Amino acid sequence: MSLWEYANPVKFMALSGRILPWAAWLSGICLVIGLVWGFFYTPDDFRQGSTVKIIYLHVPSALMAINVWMMMLVTSLVWIIRRHHVSALAAKAAAPIGVAMTLIALVTGAIWGQPMWGTWWAWDPRLTSFLILFLFYLGYIALWAAIEDNDTAADLTSILCLVGSVFAILSRYAVNFWNQGLHQGASLSLDTEKNVADVFYQPLLFCIAGFVLLFVALVLLRTRTEIRARRTSALLARERMG
Amino acid sequence: MKALLIRDLRLAIRAGGGFGLGLAFFLIVTVLVPFGVGPQSALLSEIAPGILWLGALLACLLSLDRILALDWEDGTLDLLACAPLPMEAAVSIKALAHWLTTGLPLVIAAPLFALLLNLPSAGYVPLVLSLLLGTPALSVIGTFGAALTVGIKRGGLLLSLLVLPLYLPTLIYGAEAARRGAQGVEASTPLFMLAGITFGVIALLPFASAAVLRVNIR
Repeated sequence: MSLWEYANPVKFMALSGRILPWAAWLSGICLVIGLVWGFFYTPDDFRQGSTVKIIYLHVPSALMAINVWMMMLVTSLVWIIRRHHVSALAAKAAAPIGVAMTLIALVTGAIWGQPMWGTWWAWDPRLTSFLILFLFYLGYIALWAAIEDNDTAADLTSILCLVGSVFAILSRYAVNFWNQGLHQGASLSLDTEKNVADVFYQPLLFCIAGFVLLFVALVLLRTRTEIRARRTSALLARERMG
Repeated sequence: MKALLIRDLRLAIRAGGGFGLGLAFFLIVTVLVPFGVGPQSALLSEIAPGILWLGALLACLLSLDRILALDWEDGTLDLLACAPLPMEAAVSIKALAHWLTTGLPLVIAAPLFALLLNLPSAGYVPLVLSLLLGTPALSVIGTFGAALTVGIKRGGLLLSLLVLPLYLPTLIYGAEAARRGAQGVEASTPLFMLAGITFGVIALLPFASAAVLRVNIR
């Protein structure tokens, strides 16, 4: 019994069908707990007032925006190396979710930045990197949409994802070099003492768990849809032949 | 290899090859900027390095779909795929030919256009140096983009969408080096970074471009 057995679409459909409702419900529960707790049962920050509460949407979505790209990188590698179709379809299914997460992070950041920094947008390294990540997602999705043959599209987008990852990291450091930051540093690291205070931290963990589970549920759902669409077109093609 | 390079250069230089198109585009961008931002020479000299870099980048972008599209249409690429020459080498030659016909003329013309934008005299050497180091990266990255989109009809817009984010690190370091040069500050750090990107890209990206091209030809 190895992980690769789930590259078989039938096995994958069976397993994902069982996981999907659990992930969806758990995600909903976590998000409700985290958001209600965070919005109504935490004190206002002494300097930022109640605007601090946007952290419960901003941080998890920003976290997911990067992790979705990482997941696409891994599934692209699996497709290039082992050529499992489910993997390529999972990467395709994840991209629009990643773009949505990036957009949520950018928009919530702008909403928070307006009262706090006095501006909707600043050419800060983190903000700029996220905008670049957004562009990478757009290019990736556009390339999927532009190519008709499924395997060619999977190959080309996988290579674009690999090359894009290298350039995204390069851009991250180049942007750091180019301008100084306005954005605060990391406040959730596991290896540092100075983190965000516990009252804010605990509901935030629920929100992050909720976003991760939400992503799992959405990506499973979308991958299942892609597999079914692929099966439908195969059946239609067979019907035309016969 | 030499034969392929000479063939590409000849095709580019002869009528309809688009040689000089990039240069003309670069000139027009440079001429239009003062109309857009106003003729104050202090403002112009401040933004000159950035404008020149942007102009060079856009001129490169404009000519990218010519690298492979024509060869794709008339079947030359299929022949190249069957030739004993490895695809990586063919792709590198294509990039080199593109640089010789687009990048190099831009580098040579840049000081002239800098004159129009009132670039401070200290900025000329860093500008030319940064363009000389940076434009090969633009050609190589552009060839990768062209290889990705070669099978797509009217893929020009998609090509720019894919290539522009990849151009970002090159643009940042290149424009930064030119700007520091114009302000009379030490510009070696961004120049070294730019050289690093260019050489890294020349060494590694042809493998990706060749892989992509093989998929497209399949």
